[in-house]
Amino acid sequence: MNPDAIRESVRRVLHAIAPEADLDSVGPGTDFRAELDLDSMDFLRFITGLHAELGVEVPEADYRKLGTLDGCVSYLAARAPAAGTP
Amino acid sequence: MTRERIHKASVVGGPAPNLSDYDEACRTFSWEAAARALDGLPGGGGLNIAHEAVDRHAVGASSARVALRCLGADGVVRDTTYAGLRALTNRFANVLSALGVLPGDRVFALLGRVPALYVAALGALKHGDVFCPLFSAFGPEPIRARLSLGEARVLVTTEALFRRKVAALLPALPELRHVLLVDAREDPPGSPGVHALGPWMERASEAWTIAPTSPETPALLHFTSGTTGRPKGALHVHGAVVAHHATAAFALDLKPGDIFWCTADPGWVTGTSYGLVAPLTHGLTCIIDEGEFEAERWYSVLQDQRVTNWYTAPTAVRMLMRAGEALPKRYDLSALRFIASVGEPLNPEAVLWSVAALGRPIHDNWWQTETGGIMIANFASMDIKPGSMGKPLPGIAAAIVKRTLDGGVAVIDAPDTDGELALRPGWPSMFRAYLHEEQRYKKCFADGFYLSGDLARRDAEGYFWFIGRSDDVIKTAGHLIGPFEVESALLEHPAVAEAGVIGKPDPVALEIVKAFVSLKPGYEASDALQLELMGFARKRLGSAVAPREIAFLATLPRTRSGKIMRRLLKARELGLPEGDTSTLEAGA
Repeated sequence: MNPDAIRESVRRVLHAIAPEADLDSVGPGTDFRAELDLDSMDFLRFITGLHAELGVEVPEADYRKLGTLDGCVSYLAARAPAAGTP
Repeated sequence: MTRERIHKASVVGGPAPNLSDYDEACRTFSWEAAARALDGLPGGGGLNIAHEAVDRHAVGASSARVALRCLGADGVVRDTTYAGLRALTNRFANVLSALGVLPGDRVFALLGRVPALYVAALGALKHGDVFCPLFSAFGPEPIRARLSLGEARVLVTTEALFRRKVAALLPALPELRHVLLVDAREDPPGSPGVHALGPWMERASEAWTIAPTSPETPALLHFTSGTTGRPKGALHVHGAVVAHHATAAFALDLKPGDIFWCTADPGWVTGTSYGLVAPLTHGLTCIIDEGEFEAERWYSVLQDQRVTNWYTAPTAVRMLMRAGEALPKRYDLSALRFIASVGEPLNPEAVLWSVAALGRPIHDNWWQTETGGIMIANFASMDIKPGSMGKPLPGIAAAIVKRTLDGGVAVIDAPDTDGELALRPGWPSMFRAYLHEEQRYKKCFADGFYLSGDLARRDAEGYFWFIGRSDDVIKTAGHLIGPFEVESALLEHPAVAEAGVIGKPDPVALEIVKAFVSLKPGYEASDALQLELMGFARKRLGSAVAPREIAFLATLPRTRSGKIMRRLLKARELGLPEGDTSTLEAGA
């Protein structure tokens, strides 16, 4: 799956949980949880939302890799099924 | 409910628990004797929490012991010894004096888990002030409400939190004279009364003598939530330290030389009573973890810091459970002797998981902001019935009661009968007031009992079991949220006509905050409006308080007197029978 599509998904999922959060205000390599005032319940819902949207199962041990936009892109790009594949 | 019992006789090894014979301890315990475990201020100057927590350990060999070990979000470990903590808290007390702050004034902190919070709290107590912590994840509205109700004179916070959440509130807070920024290098221009704390601390003396404070001198203020109205400021006194000290020995099994980690945020009562006061009065090393929850990192902390006693929360335990049983087995947790949890009932599965995954059970316990300290607990020496909160501590008389029509209560002696959990007043950490709300305080007592508002039952062996709340207060991730505070914020949005807020059951957080709203004429329910309301509420309330779900209804069910029927909203959410709806105005 291409990085732009993943970025779009991350934005969509995050927006549904924290509509007030502006991901553009945080650098792509910066941990957005503290910057955007997300608590651990928000983050859990974020991971669950990504699973629902992209079909990527994220084991708890990997959660920390999804704390930045760049981290999300590199983690999910390697695992999300390419568009068009069933 | 699981009835599997965890027999302590089968657990071998380790030192004998502080409380080895429960019945004997209950028979012989007295608060007067417990008070003798503390020193009192030198020269008969009374009792002061900060002296017991800091100064009495800051002499002789224990002065070089690490009091606070802060694991920074940046990966740096910062140690503060008891001698160092004494010097810093003395300096902070001198800063308060230099600013003209008077004893009895209220000093608030809005900080994450950083050493400056501990310095501010203990320094304020040395100065004779009342310290009130605020949860740093609060949004501006809960912060404004608490600073205003508590008539805050001083607020200690960071540059970022000040800029994002406080600066715009200042005109509405005339009582707030000083804001101290712990990480600023110089005073921000154009903000009189806002100071960089660093230079003030550098100029302040390291010498300070604590003026006399009595056991009844107010010391700590913790805000909690009720069903209706504003947050309630539960006021505690210096004498509470007797309970902090004694209950931590019984229910957390703290012993000399222990390394203690309380994961609760100091913005809440657990993080103060047991994250700050109790471990220091025992002269231990406290682990302070600045970072947010992450399963692997938490196990690393337990392993690398050789944590012996760990006090955490059910929501965190359930998050650890999601990470699996295999993960903790990769870590050396051999130093860990005792695990406890508080915040909401720990489900039986979590206790059994802990035995399988961590090799030791988690000891759930129960108490409230109002009780100031642990009241009912599973003890190291006692069999655990998973799902039970355990038995009352020595010195605590608990009962199950039902309220009678004449405003009194009747004690329910029959086992396994639902009723309200009530306590006989007299323990030292009981709250002494809801600030400026005498009527609300009086309503908590009847027929010689403090009425907790929690529903519970007691079994034939004397174990207590939590059933639920008797009111509409929401328990989420270990925090109490008042529905009224959330509803009020939603009602500020121009589209919202009515709002009703409930706790929706959640597998991790026990409950999550869910709001039902009806709209004013001219507004249409839509996904976009739903997101707008979510964002609106989160900006005002912060993520910990704001609703995680919002649903639209044409109209909200109300009683004839006009009160929104939250119970009916909840029954509908759960698909339960709605019960007697005859008092409803509009059975929408």
